[in-house]
Amino acid sequence: MYGRLPIVKMLLATIAMTVVLSAIMVPINWDGQQASTAAPKIDDLLNVMIVISSFVFSLVTVMLFYALWKFKAKPGDESDGEPIHGNTRLEIAWTLIPTIIVLFAGGYSWKVLDDIEDPAPNHLTVSVFSQQYAWSFAYPGKGYVWKEGEFHVPVNRQIQFKMHAQDVIHSFWVPEWRIKKDNVPGITTTALVTPDKEGTYQLVCTELCGFGHATMRATVVVESEAKWEKWVDSLKQPTPPELMESVKQDTQVNPTGLDAGGA
Amino acid sequence: MVAAIKRPGWTRGLLGAIAFGAFGFGLVVALRAISGLPIYQTEQTGYPHVIVPAILAPLGFLAGFGCFDYWLRWAIGMPTIPDDHSQHGAKSWKDYFKFNTDHKVIGVQYVVTTFIFFFLGGLMAMLIRAELAQPGTQIVDAATYNSLFSTHAVLMIFVFVIPVFAGLANYVLPLMIGAPDMAFPRLNALSFWMLPLAGILFIGSFLCPGGAFDAGWTGYAPLSTGAPLGQSFFNLGVQFAGASSIATALNFLVTIITMRAPGMTFWRMPLLVWANLSTSLLVVAATPFIAGVQFMVLFDRALHTNFFDFAAGGDVISYQHIFWFYSHPAVYIMMLPGFGIVSEVISTHARKPIFGYRLMALALIGIVVLSYSVWAHHMFVAGMFSWLRVPMMITTLLIAVPTGIKIFSWLGTLYFGKIHTYSTAMLFALAFIVTFTIGGISGVMLGMVPIDIHVSDTYFIVAHIHFVLFGGSVFTIFAGVYHWFPKMTGRMYDERLGRVHFWGTLIGTWGTFIPMHWIGMDGMPRRVADYAEQFGEWNLLISCFAFMLGAVQLVFVYNMVTSWRFGPKADGNPWRANSIEWQVSSPPPIFNFDEIPRVVGGPYEFGIPGAKHAIMAGEGAEVPAGEPSVVGTSS
Repeated sequence: MYGRLPIVKMLLATIAMTVVLSAIMVPINWDGQQASTAAPKIDDLLNVMIVISSFVFSLVTVMLFYALWKFKAKPGDESDGEPIHGNTRLEIAWTLIPTIIVLFAGGYSWKVLDDIEDPAPNHLTVSVFSQQYAWSFAYPGKGYVWKEGEFHVPVNRQIQFKMHAQDVIHSFWVPEWRIKKDNVPGITTTALVTPDKEGTYQLVCTELCGFGHATMRATVVVESEAKWEKWVDSLKQPTPPELMESVKQDTQVNPTGLDAGGA
Repeated sequence: MVAAIKRPGWTRGLLGAIAFGAFGFGLVVALRAISGLPIYQTEQTGYPHVIVPAILAPLGFLAGFGCFDYWLRWAIGMPTIPDDHSQHGAKSWKDYFKFNTDHKVIGVQYVVTTFIFFFLGGLMAMLIRAELAQPGTQIVDAATYNSLFSTHAVLMIFVFVIPVFAGLANYVLPLMIGAPDMAFPRLNALSFWMLPLAGILFIGSFLCPGGAFDAGWTGYAPLSTGAPLGQSFFNLGVQFAGASSIATALNFLVTIITMRAPGMTFWRMPLLVWANLSTSLLVVAATPFIAGVQFMVLFDRALHTNFFDFAAGGDVISYQHIFWFYSHPAVYIMMLPGFGIVSEVISTHARKPIFGYRLMALALIGIVVLSYSVWAHHMFVAGMFSWLRVPMMITTLLIAVPTGIKIFSWLGTLYFGKIHTYSTAMLFALAFIVTFTIGGISGVMLGMVPIDIHVSDTYFIVAHIHFVLFGGSVFTIFAGVYHWFPKMTGRMYDERLGRVHFWGTLIGTWGTFIPMHWIGMDGMPRRVADYAEQFGEWNLLISCFAFMLGAVQLVFVYNMVTSWRFGPKADGNPWRANSIEWQVSSPPPIFNFDEIPRVVGGPYEFGIPGAKHAIMAGEGAEVPAGEPSVVGTSS
């Protein structure tokens, strides 16, 4: 009672559009420079999602425009369309296939998450303190020295950031590392990063913290282990006594892993 | 004068507001004087002599305006006002400014009021984009900027998107199910009149010392617990908007469950009714959480409770859990009614039954159930218990499945139809499918923890929510307003101006919000008045598109206002639709139906010779009763 659809041609058009969109979008380095071991993993995940998303978007677009081209009513045509109420097989397909796709995306994400949060045994702990609108850093392994507005870390070594907020919530983000974590008053939060490229970066506060939020920045320097040793040895200022307790706790072994129990 | 004071209305309402406000002020002053405290406490989180009147004055207005008259008389044993329907229906434009129990009047009151807030919120967006057109500080300082984006979001969410859907449904839903009105007409009127009060509290916060609330629409503690006085106005405004929302949802639930016309089984309900049933299930259970958490913030501020005071043992992250337990379902509260509108519009203008009607209804219920289990995906970097992230990621990704079912079913509805695109409503519905797909895709990406760690709190989020809320919700709102404009006003709008509005809105939306994804991934955080030089050119482009998007909305206003006044008269059923609201005159009679219609089939039986959805009064003899429904059967 009604014609068949050119399923093969529509599918080919969808695939062609997917290839074109992916070919344009995948080579672009959306997230900017990569400077940690986590960055390529997250960017690869993003690229896989760009391909899947291009397919979904192409499918919807091709289906919509084909329908608009083929089934548009002629001027003056007041008749109705075919009384089709559904198609059980098709409905099962567009329930099951997306389920499989999103479960794949979830599984892949879980694996990437495990990879980027895998603790290394020889990590260096840096304590991070944030307040409206400034960052400070302490090195518990180096005589508890203290530095405001700037910190240095050695390249190719895992850094465990232990974060403390002193007034409201702030958020620690170095875009080139792809790692972000809120600093929450009252608890200590943790982020693991292994920087793998020397250079100077910017630490950005990404949680609204008041009128100075947009300018709450700090300088991040990633350098060789030797240079870092020299820099950290040159620091003279000690951690303020009222924060000493927090910094000391940061190097205690935490048997339950990251942010266990939210604290 | 004495008569005006005795009669419910604006005079008594304003006097009530002044009297209750003065009582609150006097109470605070007296109690503080008795306790030997300084009369005025003006620490920024204090101001009890402002907060207490701000709670009482709106209640005084509602009481004076007549919202409680009937109930109060009944409660205290006075003779009740005889129900002569004097508060029902509108005979002149003045009746729209009165306490009115007609769902059609209330529907129009809702839509017009919420669109006023839409334009105020839009003006704030224009100021935001003007500031962001160049790096550095140009027109507003950082603190004012924070107030602007906070109030922009709050107006759009609490007094535009959520209530405008309630307004549209208020108008059409009782008609669609063949009911003479909502189940609780007085409660319905009260729900509406609480809404402008919420909006006034939000906007009134600009007059506070320290400016309007500036902790974002999310109002995270402890930034909000220590913020200036304006934040208390946010806490209070949410109570009025929330109470309005909850009462309306209860009203919809009871109306839908108990007042359907004979023969309208659940599987014969139009999808708009299903959508509002689902939305109401979300509202009644989720909205009390945001009401509660804003009270907790207010108590922390004004009464020095310690819910979120970390120094006194409070738990900062618990704010976010409670807040998002409402605010994620709120995303669906702002989207499901739109799904319903799009289903009606597409089926009607493609002249075809909805493809997979039953699965469409079940997908709505699926979204309701899942949406209660995804809230913590807003908190992947918040420092919450880390094991919670993966389960929340999986449920978040799974919610794409019922949403995808809806997208594919709308597309399926188009196939082998006779698609008419002369109506602006249909253009918005079709554009919605593609634009919302973009928002859905970025939503799936945000659900994936590793990607979210990088892009959360960046412009990628801003891009995503605007694709979902503007390209999604607002497109469906426009579709709904254009679709039912003839029914509500009895006049046709200008399709030519409608097309200008449509194309301007479509291009403006994509031009404004697509580049925001890019600068977000590249490192631009959200909620900043100033940003790095490297993002300057993109931001200038975004601002240009945003100004165009703003300007083209004026075409919409002009079209609506002039068409309402001068447009050609509309037929009862200009779109040749099947559902019951189109089988009565435009605008409908004051009590909707002379005789309650009898429903004999599904709502979308296009293309089936002789099929009928409902038998209206006076045409019972022509069609045999008890025609079996063919809805949902697969071919």
